[in-house]
Amino acid sequence: MTSILADPRPRLSFEPVVNTPPVYLDNQSTTPVDPRVLEAMLPYFTEHFGNPHSTSHAYGRVAAEAIERARGEIAALIQAGPREIVFTSGATEANNLAIKGAAHFARAHPENGQVRDHIVALQTEHKCVLESCQELEREGFTVTYLPVEPDGLASLTALEGALSERTLLVSVMAAHNEIGVIQPLAEIGALCRSKGVLFHTDAAQAFGKIPLDVGAMKIDLLSISGHKIYGPKGIGALYIRRRPRVRLLPLIDGGGQERGLRSGTLPTPLCVGLGRAAAIAGAEMAEEAKRLRRLRDTLLRNLARRVPGLCVNGDVEQRLPGSLNLSFPEIPALTLIEAVPSIAISTGSACTSASVEPSYVLRALGLPDTLANASIRIGLGRFTTAAEVDFAADALAAAANRLTRQEDIPT
Amino acid sequence: MAQIESYLDWNATAPLRPQAAAAMSEALRRWGNPSSVHRRGRAARHIVERAREPVAALLGDVDPSAVIFVSGGTEANHLALIGAGRERVLVSAVEHDSVRHAVPTAEIIPVGPEGIVDLDALDRLLGADLRPALVSVMYANNETGVIQPVAEIAAIARRNGALFHCDAVQAAGKLALEAGAIGADLVTLSAHKIGGPTGIGALVVTGGIELAPLLRGGGQEHRRRAGTENLPGIAGFAAAAAAEIADYERVAALRDGLEAEIAMTARDAVVLGAAANRLPNTSAIAMPGVAAETQVVALDLDGVMVSAGAACSSGKVGPSHVLAAMGVAPEIAASTIRVSLGWSSSEAEIDHFLRAWTALYRRCRRLAEGARAA
Repeated sequence: MTSILADPRPRLSFEPVVNTPPVYLDNQSTTPVDPRVLEAMLPYFTEHFGNPHSTSHAYGRVAAEAIERARGEIAALIQAGPREIVFTSGATEANNLAIKGAAHFARAHPENGQVRDHIVALQTEHKCVLESCQELEREGFTVTYLPVEPDGLASLTALEGALSERTLLVSVMAAHNEIGVIQPLAEIGALCRSKGVLFHTDAAQAFGKIPLDVGAMKIDLLSISGHKIYGPKGIGALYIRRRPRVRLLPLIDGGGQERGLRSGTLPTPLCVGLGRAAAIAGAEMAEEAKRLRRLRDTLLRNLARRVPGLCVNGDVEQRLPGSLNLSFPEIPALTLIEAVPSIAISTGSACTSASVEPSYVLRALGLPDTLANASIRIGLGRFTTAAEVDFAADALAAAANRLTRQEDIPT
Repeated sequence: MAQIESYLDWNATAPLRPQAAAAMSEALRRWGNPSSVHRRGRAARHIVERAREPVAALLGDVDPSAVIFVSGGTEANHLALIGAGRERVLVSAVEHDSVRHAVPTAEIIPVGPEGIVDLDALDRLLGADLRPALVSVMYANNETGVIQPVAEIAAIARRNGALFHCDAVQAAGKLALEAGAIGADLVTLSAHKIGGPTGIGALVVTGGIELAPLLRGGGQEHRRRAGTENLPGIAGFAAAAAAEIADYERVAALRDGLEAEIAMTARDAVVLGAAANRLPNTSAIAMPGVAAETQVVALDLDGVMVSAGAACSSGKVGPSHVLAAMGVAPEIAASTIRVSLGWSSSEAEIDHFLRAWTALYRRCRRLAEGARAA
């Protein structure tokens, strides 16, 4: 397109700076935008800046078409249809919309005079799921916060026991943000479907990293985040099943965008970025999972050899390829993190990482506070190299041994 | 030769300012999660906190901590109207849909023929029911550009013990705003209307009131808005906000020239809200007898981009609620297009619009005369 705008269009420039110190092993918290994703986004910041809802002119139509392409790319990664994807500002909003939207719809539309007003969520769900549930409790809904097994996995027997005729929705995180464990989604989905209960899964960490199939797994609602898969921040999506139809009331109403489920001007470049990030993640998933698993196992082997008593929190097999949660006996996690400034790691969820309370997730696994306080989360990612992993193992092991020796010195 | 294009739909979205592009590039380089404790997280946090200042400054002397970053104007309006938790919500009849639809039980404040809130009616409505209330009136209308007497509205609200929310999405960056003069407890801002990116906006809580969050989860934004911060979006918003208020006197002159030219060409053309105090960049023009959609498509074929009202509803048919509330006759409302300019709009673009508009006008009038003759 040519334009007679008086000023030349601005240019966005970007050189990826990902492998600069400190070594970044906090990829569950956020990830850098993949340069290929950014390249796809850039034209939609500048020359194709139109409002995608202004479909009466060319600028708007170019943007709208790009958004529909992105919707298709996202849907393809979970075997869904493009019309089942609603863009949101992120996974937090998607989780709020799924849970509160389903509950509010159920309250407004009783089935045969009976309102389904009961929700089941794991105790280890992300804060935004738990807080959405708590808000619904204040509105009169009932919520069962289901304990998990010591390996972090949901017990299907316990889940079945928690379901009743009043149960409306079950929310279980697909892959965990702190401990990395992957839940038996297909089994949970089958159980929910057999009871006529909606199944929502927060897939912010799983989407793009493990195969997800909303049909085979009988998932009704699935939350997606952009910035966890090398896409941009400020964008996410909610998958909402069309057959059988899942109905929600919107949280944000107005212009009627996203078929009335989420009003507000869609951020075209961010939608395009999420679409491209999904496409890349899908194309590279198998190879990348293999590579990350290899790196993770090397890291764990090197650490376990040198740090006596090191434990892995959460199931060892059913976990995300790049994810580890480790307890270093007797060493408070924050002390360890401070001792290795050359590595960016965290104690757990970034949203709560400034808190000094032990993680509620690790407590739900039954860890005593001493071990819960001694645990760190490691997340390897697309740009993590073998050299970085070796460096991290050396630095962490050396620091752990130094700190243990210091504690042994009688005062 | 490629067709010349003129973008005159700035109220729908504005092109990104170069300063915003530069700030976003820098933020993409510092890509940490602002909630993380490690240095990458702290660097990201620094960007977010620094960004509050220029955004707050869009409203003059406002404490940066009053700024809550959200995903855009629509979310900000919802957070204000729902989060304030007042039993009664009163919105003007010309509000954006994101205000009108935020609370299903909202009561409507009528407007006069120029689209200005009926102050006596507002006072009566508030006085008639003493439950705690919130009044929401926009600073300037997105379809007509008409500016509301916000200070007087604020005074009436305060006198009646009500909170005042002002959607300043269209006014910010085009006029120098002063939070003190507006007198609102809550103000909505959007980045992509001022040359920042889409997907980011702010609710400014100038009144220090408590808000229940709309989105719950992590403790971001002082527990008022959960979700990982949109770092490049926030950086781009701040840079666009810091850009000087461009020469809107020049823009006003272009707009006034456009309207004068149309008045000379077409005696039956109408500019809606013309007698009111308006934004310098907006013109709602009726070409009676020609459907707005027809005009928009015809102008688009000539490379001129305008809209038939608010962009979010421009795919829908049905008359504008704004014009209906002003008492505009349905046939005039159905033939009204919105022309909106921005800081880089040029005389050449206005000439381009006028050539295309005039040609369309003459063609339609000839057709109408032909039909009458036959």
